[in-house]
This record gives sequence, C-alpha cells and structure tokens, in this order.
Amino acid sequence: MTTTARLLPADGRPRSLNEHRSDFAPPPRPARRAKLQLIEAIDAAGLTGRGGASFPTARKLASVARGSGVPVVVVNACESEPASAKDKTLLRFVPHLVLDGAVAGAAAVGADRVVVVVERGAGASTASMRRAIAERAVERDVPMEVVEVPPRFVSGEESAVVHHLNGGDSRPTTTPPRPFEYGVDGRPTLISNVETFAHIAQITRFGPSWFRDVGTPNEPGTMLVTVSGAVASPGVYELAMGAQLPEVVHAAGGATHDVQALLVGGYYGTWVAEADALAARLCNESLQTIGARVGCGAVIVFPHGECGLRTTARILEWLAGETAQQCGPCMHGLPALARGADALASGSRDSTPHRLLLRWSAQIEGRGGCRMPDGAVRLMRSALGVFADDVEVHSSGRSCSAPSAYTGLALPPHRPNRDWR
Amino acid sequence: MKRRLEVDIIACDGRGLCAELLPELIRLDDWGYPMIDKQPFDRGLLPLVKRAVAACPVLALRIVEVP
Repeated sequence: MTTTARLLPADGRPRSLNEHRSDFAPPPRPARRAKLQLIEAIDAAGLTGRGGASFPTARKLASVARGSGVPVVVVNACESEPASAKDKTLLRFVPHLVLDGAVAGAAAVGADRVVVVVERGAGASTASMRRAIAERAVERDVPMEVVEVPPRFVSGEESAVVHHLNGGDSRPTTTPPRPFEYGVDGRPTLISNVETFAHIAQITRFGPSWFRDVGTPNEPGTMLVTVSGAVASPGVYELAMGAQLPEVVHAAGGATHDVQALLVGGYYGTWVAEADALAARLCNESLQTIGARVGCGAVIVFPHGECGLRTTARILEWLAGETAQQCGPCMHGLPALARGADALASGSRDSTPHRLLLRWSAQIEGRGGCRMPDGAVRLMRSALGVFADDVEVHSSGRSCSAPSAYTGLALPPHRPNRDWR
Repeated sequence: MKRRLEVDIIACDGRGLCAELLPELIRLDDWGYPMIDKQPFDRGLLPLVKRAVAACPVLALRIVEVP
C-alpha cells in the first residue's frame, strides 16, 4: 500500500482552524535557540522542494538563515502549471497545515513576515487561505497576508514572484542574485512551494524518522500527484516517493483506455513511453534514467489512438503564448518549436521540420533567463523519442488516424490579461 | 585569473553587434541572439572582448571571473 495520506484529510472535507487543531496538535513552538534544530530536522528528514526543482529544503533554509537582514517567507501557491491542482487542493482543504509549515519556516530562518502568493482568479482556494489567515489572528503568529499575481505560466517562477512583491512585473528577472540572498525588500527570502511547507509542518510535529518511514532513502516522504487524462478518477493523490508509476495510474482509478504514454511533470514535463513507465518509479533517481523528472507531480495518462505529435504541438503552442517576451531564444524559439511540431504533425514530405526542431532545441536550451525554454525543449525532445514511429509516419507524408490534439488536456485558453501586474 | 563572457539574456535585444565584433566567441542563433562560448577565453582576446562589451547598445554583456 503506497497511497498514504499525510497531508490531505481522508474524508475530503476542508478543515477550519479548530478542526485542524483536533487533527494535529499545534506544532512545538521553537525557542530562539532551537532555530538550528529545526533546520537540522528538515535536513535529517531529507525533504526536497515539491514545486518542481526538487532542491534540498534544509539547504535553502540554511542559506536564508545565514543571509544579512531579517528574512521573509513566501509560500508559493501560484501553481501556474495547468496540469497540476495539488497546491490549490492544499489551500482549499488544509490551509492551516500550510500555515503551520510557514510559521515553522519563519521560526527556522528568523523571518518576521509570511506572504502567500496565489494566482489572481483562483477562487475557492484563495478564499480558503484568506479565511484561514483571518482565523489565525488568535494564534499571534508572524503577520501573514495573501498577494495575488497575474495568472501566467512564468509568474510563479520565484524571481518573478519576488519582483512582483517588490512592485515590479510578474516576470522572471536576471539571476543572481537569487531570492535567498536578495529577495523581497532586498531581504533574504525563503520562497518554497505550498506542499513543501505542508511537509515542513508534519516534520516539525512527527520528526525526521517518521518522515522517512515512507519513500526512498534518497527521496523520502510522500508526494502529491495530480493525475489527469485517460483515468477513471482524475484528481490529486498522495503517494510515497518511489511508488511504481503504474500505481500512480491505479490510484486515480486505473486507465480507461490502453495507455500509449505518460506525460510526467505536466506541460513542462517529459513524455514517458508506456513500456518505460511500467518499470519506472515516482522519484528522480528512477525517472532520470529515462530523461524525466517528477517535477510538480502532474501526470497525464495519454491513451492509444491519439497523436502524440499533434498533442505536443498543441502544448508547445500554449507554452509559446505564455512566454514573458523577455528573452530572444524563448520568445522566438518557443513559437518556432510550436510551428515546427505542427508542421511535423501535419505531414511534411521531407525531414526538414524534424531537423529544424533538433537544431532549434539545441539553440534554445540553457539560454533563457528562467528555465521555461528548457522545459519546452525537454517536452519536444521527449516527444520525438517516445513518438518516433509517428514521426516516421508523418515524415513520409502520410497523416495518422488522429485528426487533432488529445482533447483530454486541460489547457486553459490563452489568458487575455497582458498586464504583468 | 580566468575569465569568460556572459550575456544578460533578458537585457539583450539581439542587435548582433557583438557577433560582428567578436566572432571568436559569439555566434548568433536563428533569431539573431548571441550564443556565447561558455569556456574561459584566452587572455590574448581580452582587448577584443572588452571592445565588444563596450559596444553593446544595451550593456547586456559582461566579463565574469571564473574561480
């Protein structure tokens, strides 16, 4: 049994502060001298960031605590990846678990302010977090607030969040300096994903060895995954790190069609062929051997009979529409990839689109101010590998049986808001 | 001390002067933006590198010391 509920309530009901406190006693309030102990506990637990980059959380905490000036804690709840819903789910059902983690994080680094950053228009999850912060006035924690940023893919990137909080555009900025050294108001800033804070809360309560009871030695604990596509019960599920990928599909009620591939890590992720997915596990150690990463834990189950190339072209077109229009290789390269993938899918009679896609991928990779263009390149390259047979069919001028992109993708319409504030 | 050349890709406008002045280290991509050799450059190139840095109309190039 690898479905293991440590964060979300088993009965699926949102928790008020009183209900939360009857689920979980208040976490121990760390004394000032216990700062280091808290960071050591997170280090011993081996927690890594759950927002996509899988960075060791204790190292981030230690860097922020060492910085000059009073730190700020930012709970990153932007979740701009359309295939992911876990952060909004946490905000909606257990906002106080998230805030417990933020309070613990603030104590660990000595911060005097907590900011929860959400996407504008997120609705119920934002309302739930606002309500939770109001309820907590009685607990006299550090001051907390909610800040809304534009609902754009790049606006959740950490330097973009910090820039917004400093009064600028919600677009990535040149790094270094990174937020941990020079962030909100020029102060050291602990910015982490919502789920990371929820795990911090549970580690302060139950300890590092409890945290390590599940998961793998290198990637301990559980992870929230958002499963969508051809499954019976799409949704957010909590699994042990290292769970077999087929178990992820099983957790969502199983596949409703024969599975062709999985898209692991969301639209910013990597295609994994079904044969590879059968043997892969939900951890970077395993996924890296097939060129993928767990990322934010979004998994899309892609059925047989659909065209992976057309679908990839559609995702790239969406990503291209979401660039910050700042870096040449991204703002020109992503539309080029999208057009190239579309040309390939539309059945060109020669190998030109394929060659250009490889050329552009090499030119774009590693050249953005943020990692967005790298994500698009990874998606593109994995599509050319996993759907190699389709590439051959389309390159011979024939078209495949699927007339359009997979309709099971939750791609939001391009956001009309061109305002970066 | 070793040095390499870097571009602030957010600041860069893709004018392309740098690639004209310093083809030793810079090629342009298919959209006219500089792709820069990531390796430390030869000490002898320093005057040419400095000239390219100074010529950038948006000051997007910088020389960084490699530890």
